[in-house]
Amino acid sequence: MTTLLEVGHLSKEFVSGGGPFRPLRSMHAVNDVSFSVSVGRVVGVVGESGCGKSTLARLILRLIEPTSGTIQFEDLDLLAQKPKPMRALRARMQMVFQDPYSAIDPRYSTRDAVTEPFDVQGHRYTATEKDTKTAELLDMVGLSLQLANSYPHQLSGGQKQRVGIARALALNPALLVLDEPTASLDVSVQAQIISLLEKLRDELNLTYIFISHDLSLVKYFCDEVLVMYLGRVVEVLPDTEAAARHPYTRTLLDSTFDPDPRLRRTIEPLAGEVPSPFDLPPGCAFAARCPSATGKCSTELPVLSSDGGHPVACHHPL
Amino acid sequence: MTLAILNWLSGFTALRAFSSAMGMIAGGFLILLLLVAFFAPWITPFDVAAQNLANANAAPGWPHIMGTDEFGRDVFSRVVYGARTSLSVSATAIGISVSVGMLLGAAAGYFGGMFERIVMTVVDLTWSFPDILIALIFVAIIGPGLTSTTFAIAIAYLAQFTRLTRAQIVRLKNETFVEATINLGATPAHVVLRHLLPNALAPVIVVGMLAVGDGIVLEATLGFFGLGAQPPTPSWGAMMSSGTAQLFIAPWVIIYPGVAVAITVIAVNLFGDELVRALDIRDRVRS
Repeated sequence: MTTLLEVGHLSKEFVSGGGPFRPLRSMHAVNDVSFSVSVGRVVGVVGESGCGKSTLARLILRLIEPTSGTIQFEDLDLLAQKPKPMRALRARMQMVFQDPYSAIDPRYSTRDAVTEPFDVQGHRYTATEKDTKTAELLDMVGLSLQLANSYPHQLSGGQKQRVGIARALALNPALLVLDEPTASLDVSVQAQIISLLEKLRDELNLTYIFISHDLSLVKYFCDEVLVMYLGRVVEVLPDTEAAARHPYTRTLLDSTFDPDPRLRRTIEPLAGEVPSPFDLPPGCAFAARCPSATGKCSTELPVLSSDGGHPVACHHPL
Repeated sequence: MTLAILNWLSGFTALRAFSSAMGMIAGGFLILLLLVAFFAPWITPFDVAAQNLANANAAPGWPHIMGTDEFGRDVFSRVVYGARTSLSVSATAIGISVSVGMLLGAAAGYFGGMFERIVMTVVDLTWSFPDILIALIFVAIIGPGLTSTTFAIAIAYLAQFTRLTRAQIVRLKNETFVEATINLGATPAHVVLRHLLPNALAPVIVVGMLAVGDGIVLEATLGFFGLGAQPPTPSWGAMMSSGTAQLFIAPWVIIYPGVAVAITVIAVNLFGDELVRALDIRDRVRS
């Protein structure tokens, strides 16, 4: 399998404050993250809110500049691209946003929204060519052509998300980053969007990075899963059936609900607080909440290691 | 055919301002006033500058329906021509103010950083003075006259439009569609011109329309102090100023231009309120 995306030691530090009255504070949103994505795979990224999932997505697409690290996309060093080639390269890597309600300019009709990518990339299409393209794209995402002249406020959440997907697909990208594409939709609509994404992946040979906090969705949809905790990857599940080796992953998996009432069980809630990302402990960030933590955990940072199974960053893997 | 035209017009949300009785009356009056100002030479029965000292301070009647002033000039003709002066000075001034303010505000809001700090500090500094004071300072520097009145009003209201546009741009800049457009490979110019400014336009235009009313008052005030239009150019403020001298022998000289200012400003404000309602931007017109 050829590698599409290779991320190495990617970090992003946000600095706030400064000046005479506010001390300089820095927050490590993403910390030393490395992984690679092969063509045609669906890689899931899971973790609780604030763990750096969305920051990671924006770093991969270079919507924000990383503090350090490397990104290799289609054998190109992404971070070395000058503004103009970078803008052209953006056609190859697109994103579907979490909130479809604000992802489309309220003054743009569906037709304007799905043909804007061509204008932006300098394709000079005539009105008739644009009509043809609009029809193709709407058909691809399962929207009726009658909606071409509708404005965002006239569309439902699911329809808006389909417009967002059509916009992302217009430029024929290789990689699609899905930032919680179903989080703000009804459950029934979620299923439709997921099956649409599955269909498109097969038809267009797309590669997905799927960011979510919904583990049952990730289990269903992804080939492999990165588990993040406070900016670091703590475990890489090679497939969705793999047993958790990190205590945090175990807790996450335990917290998914099963619709069968006979399988009802009590959940052991985690004790302790999530450490502040402004003031991370020197050791394992999860140590304060971990049932199997020892003295070593709070002083020594565990690194991802594949000893005895798939990669996990834990001193006491399960 | 008529239906097709009505259908086409219904696409303009702003026209809904005419749908209420208030909007209809205020808007109708403003349209009438514009027509009067435009066709002034065809409407006025007398030359605005023609003096007739034998018939000075004549009471309203025929043929001088609003009477004559201390030089025997027809007050009605001068009020009609005064509308021309007031509307053109105020509209030109606000036009300059809106254009420059939008440019400054958009640049400050989009680029941020040191540029934003410098622009906004200067703007807030002028914002903290009353409009009339800024206009007076400016006229004192470059001298009285219609051109300096225009620029004085433009500068007095610049802060308002810069602040308003910046507030809109800062709010819009964080919307997902801006990030989504950048992710398509768009240049900053595309983002500002095709997404940010079009979305910021409606409140700025409406506040601009309301400011034309304030501009008319400011123009009349400067005219009243003798700093605006110079004789014999008719202006509502200057007419009221000369009317104070014969307030008790010929009150119509001050009353008619005063009423003209009052009704015009009330109409502008009422129509502006209806526009705000029609465009549903009540929470966005505050700077």
